Amino acid sequence: MTRTIVVVSAGLSDPSSTRLLADLLAKAATEAMDEPAAVQVVELRPLAHALTDQLLTGFATGDLAAAEKAVAEADAVIAVTPVFSASYSGLFKTFFDVLEPGALEGTPVLVAATAGTARHSLVLEHALRPLFSHLHAVVVPTGVFAASEDFAGTALALRIDRAGRELATLVAARGETRRPDRFLRDLAAMGDFEDMLRGA
Amino acid sequence: MEYGIFTVGDVTTDPTTGRTPSEHERIKATVTIAVKAEEVGLDVFATGEHHNPPFAAPANPTVLLAHIAARTERIKLSTATTLITTNDPVRIAEDYAYLQHLADGRMDLMLGRGNTGPVYPWFGKDIREGLPLAIESYALLHRLWREEDVDWEGTFRTPLQGFTSTPRPLGGVPPFVWHGSIRSPEIAEQAAYYGDGFFSNHIFWPAEHTARMVALYRARFEHYGHGKAEDAIVGLGGQVYLARTSQDAVREFRPYFDNAPVYGHGPSLEEFTAQTPLTVGSPAEVVERTLGFREYAGNYARQLFLVDHAGLPLDTVLRQLDLLGDVVAELRKYEPVLEGIPA
Repeated sequence: MTRTIVVVSAGLSDPSSTRLLADLLAKAATEAMDEPAAVQVVELRPLAHALTDQLLTGFATGDLAAAEKAVAEADAVIAVTPVFSASYSGLFKTFFDVLEPGALEGTPVLVAATAGTARHSLVLEHALRPLFSHLHAVVVPTGVFAASEDFAGTALALRIDRAGRELATLVAARGETRRPDRFLRDLAAMGDFEDMLRGA
Repeated sequence: MEYGIFTVGDVTTDPTTGRTPSEHERIKATVTIAVKAEEVGLDVFATGEHHNPPFAAPANPTVLLAHIAARTERIKLSTATTLITTNDPVRIAEDYAYLQHLADGRMDLMLGRGNTGPVYPWFGKDIREGLPLAIESYALLHRLWREEDVDWEGTFRTPLQGFTSTPRPLGGVPPFVWHGSIRSPEIAEQAAYYGDGFFSNHIFWPAEHTARMVALYRARFEHYGHGKAEDAIVGLGGQVYLARTSQDAVREFRPYFDNAPVYGHGPSLEEFTAQTPLTVGSPAEVVERTLGFREYAGNYARQLFLVDHAGLPLDTVLRQLDLLGDVVAELRKYEPVLEGIPA
């Protein structure tokens, strides 16, 4: 079975160190997996307008709708954000704000962040991990933080490999991902109308 | 098939002039709009129910509708929506039966759950119980219009013993009920269970969403033995802005669109018209788009248009209605076999 890893990158520049870290993590995870894996990258920058529109209208369109569907159906997600004002970027948060409720439930998620200084490294623990815990994702124990200086050393590669292996282990332990969309889930959860009438 | 308009009675600043109508002006304008709707040949006028600014829609729609009933001869009066969650079903039974008498039967109503959480506690209710409230309250309302000496006990209001709501429905025929919903399959199921109408708001959302809700309602209508799925009683919302030419329509409506309370400052008018049933254009374009709704909703019984929101001034709305009258006259030429809505 081919597994699907969806990489969400909130980097804004091109080239982007956030995207670079995301690609390294995807490669490490793919190589650590026993099964073949397909990687799909969701860059949030081109979706920025559509994300604002969805905040205002309540529905996703076009490429954004496709990206949200891909994330909801992924076997694993790698979520990487630059650090803005001591937290994930607003664009990054917006994408996870507008996902359908339950879209990440049980999904293994590897969290990672980039910043200009290592002083932000705990952003993974105080911002990203609680966010994905709230979304009922299964967050990989090792998060990967990369300050600019980390790209010069060798320790980052070790952390990337470790996080990739941990993600691969979680994916292997997980069954096939079948996630009906919200309408179908609401329908399945509805039950019998006579029961609803009786207040059951 | 019936064509009409529905209003939420919003008091919105006209973005082209900066002028905000008073509540009094908006309320009087609503009456003028309803009377005009009859003049141009529309079949239905429906009002929302609201309890909070910026809406001047009535807290009890029967007040407005009874007034309009006295000013009109033919148009059917309805709601979009009557709150089944925060109103006591006993009051709904009494008020709407009374309206039915005053209007000589020219009425029906659409039930909904409301648009904002804070309304619930104002009436001693809990939004977390919104669905069970809607289901229990309607079960009682349904009985009150069909039975006398009702004994009843439920979760959300005091029990009734030997209660008969008055007046009894006109001619013993309960008012026809639509159930309106944007995204809750439970409401489509509820409509199907009782063999009532199902109204999909349709506007503000992509059509495929409406298509799924309508398909669910139709299938369940047949399942509960009320008739064939294709004969289920479906209503759709729509939103139009009309001018003689497409270019004029777009030019005139754009500032209202760009600043509209519901979707303003987001997608462009062009994007939103492509993504949702909003149609801004000439009468011919509105006819064509509206006829297209049947492709995914099937033949349906009622089409309501929103024409008076986002700060559009009264004279513009009245001009819209003149053009909408032409549109509806044209639409009637393409009507499928009539689906009867019980009077």
